[in-house]
Amino acid sequence: MASVQFAAATRFYPGTPQPAVSHLDLDIRDGELMVLVGPSGSGKSTALRMVAGLEPLDEGAIFIGDRDVSGVRPRDRDIAMVFQNYALYPQLTVAENMGFALKQHKVPKEERTARVREVARVLDLEPFLDRKPKNLSGGQRQRVAMGRAIVRQPQVYLMDEPLSNLDAKLRVQTRAELAELQARLAVTTVYVTHDQVEAMTMGHRVAVLRDGLLQQSDTPYALYHEPANLFVAGFIGSPAMNLLPCPSGQPIGVGGCALEVDTGVTSLLASFGGDRVVVGFRPEAVRVGEGPVAAHIRTVEDLGSEAFVHVAFDHEGEAVSAVSKMPAPFKGVTGDPIDVRFAGTVHVFDPAGARIASGAARCAT
Amino acid sequence: MAGSAGARLGVGERRSVNAVMGVVAWIAALLFFFPVFWMILSSFKEEQDANTSPKLFFSPTLDRYSDVTESTTGLLSFREAFFNSFWIVMVSTVVVLLLAIPAAYALAIRPVPKWRDVLFFFISTKFLPVVASILPLWILAREFDLLNTRLVLMILYTGMNLPLAVWMLRSFFQEIPRELVEAAEIDGAGLKGQLASVILPIAVPGIAATALLCVIFAWNEYFYAVQLNPADGSTIPIWVTTNISTRGDFLAKLSAASVLASVPVVLAGWVAQKRMIRGLAMGAIK
Repeated sequence: MASVQFAAATRFYPGTPQPAVSHLDLDIRDGELMVLVGPSGSGKSTALRMVAGLEPLDEGAIFIGDRDVSGVRPRDRDIAMVFQNYALYPQLTVAENMGFALKQHKVPKEERTARVREVARVLDLEPFLDRKPKNLSGGQRQRVAMGRAIVRQPQVYLMDEPLSNLDAKLRVQTRAELAELQARLAVTTVYVTHDQVEAMTMGHRVAVLRDGLLQQSDTPYALYHEPANLFVAGFIGSPAMNLLPCPSGQPIGVGGCALEVDTGVTSLLASFGGDRVVVGFRPEAVRVGEGPVAAHIRTVEDLGSEAFVHVAFDHEGEAVSAVSKMPAPFKGVTGDPIDVRFAGTVHVFDPAGARIASGAARCAT
Repeated sequence: MAGSAGARLGVGERRSVNAVMGVVAWIAALLFFFPVFWMILSSFKEEQDANTSPKLFFSPTLDRYSDVTESTTGLLSFREAFFNSFWIVMVSTVVVLLLAIPAAYALAIRPVPKWRDVLFFFISTKFLPVVASILPLWILAREFDLLNTRLVLMILYTGMNLPLAVWMLRSFFQEIPRELVEAAEIDGAGLKGQLASVILPIAVPGIAATALLCVIFAWNEYFYAVQLNPADGSTIPIWVTTNISTRGDFLAKLSAASVLASVPVVLAGWVAQKRMIRGLAMGAIK
């Protein structure tokens, strides 16, 4: 087992002026499950493939443990990768698929069989060892791909959206199993996904990427509660954070309600030079039913356990909308007039996107 | 099948139009097949029956087959021509595959820089008319003492089929999911391991189709054979022409020889038909 370190790692695809991954600095600790998340084109898969050795580095270096592996061939890096489409060898049985790497590394047959059997037992794959991949269900194939990686006992697991081909229910179940398995094996894992829920639920830490640039890497809790910038604030959390442009003068007014904010926020805002800021509230900080802001319901998404209520109100002379997370049951339908207030954490960003301050806020009565 | 009564109609299709198209297709197919059918028929006839007005009913005989396969001292025998062709076709096809598989790997799976130019170079070697190249080839063959040897045709047929094989194999290899090769690479397989355990097993239909086309082209080749190997190392197409005589009738005999010459490729095609169609379609459908 080992740590993984990106040191100003950069990758340009031939013929593109923008790097796919730009000066990425990221330390992944031994035994940690680090999730790389971002929208498509953010460079997360490229970063993973750089660790695998499938993409060369144009600048910088990658370390596995203390070893600079930037110029080392994939097969000599002691890593195992799980691909999005599993990449199982179609002509080999499950057992042969799982034992393939061991065979390439000249592990004796008895040991190979024993290790494959042991992993197959853990993953409930024993009944399928003699089957070909085409005769397996999607979930079974996914487990074979996992098994193929585990059998190798590598220093690092690399996983490229390994759950995205499963149906929603199986994905949630496998997500938990995978996190549990990773914790048990305690092998450093780099996990790529575009699904922020997957990232938040699985990662010990999550690195958010956008256009090849690292936006923030921190624990799921910190990403949610202390987003480094507007992009992270908008990307992490579902439904997304409500963001409204406001003048920077105090008190901050949202939809006609003057906000009472923490003194910490007040002082940071006072030292901010610009005229405009962006104010962000999580949906749980938007309360509907009573309050000083007159709004109407645009739509209600009832999930049974809770309801997302989309409301529209007037803010600085313009109709804006916000989403509120309310406990179920929620009585109210589209078009109903409703009062709104804000109570919870407020995040304030400068117009360029960097976070200035966060703190408790509520509508002044 | 076209024209079959139970065929399901597609949306907006009309039964009458389909029926007419079916009939046209059958007529076209029969027109193409008729000369082959007539050749097979003639091969079982006596010479005078084959030469007189077309006759559908006759007493069939295998005499023409024994005529053409019987060896006469000093003349090219069927047996000799067959084995010349067999070895030349086999060796050239094996060499073509041995060279084309790594070339296709370098063009499809791990493209070398300027792979488009390389690909164009391969096909550009087919631009020159065969006739235009025969004189230098003949001189080279004479200089290296290769005239009338099997070796010269083995070399030429390898060169002749190589561009085609590289192009075909490249398109088959492109169909192989990239991740499979990458997975094998991470799992510790070198080039040999990747080829043996991942690429070749998946590309078998494509390789079979390529090999079959190489066999057919090499088996049927006549021009180089007649120019370079008229006396020794002659192949089946040359043997077929030895059954044309300047005196007397030879149509039935020539038909029998032509049938014999066609049997191996038709058989090979028949055996490989399923794989070949899958292989040929493999490159076409993404």
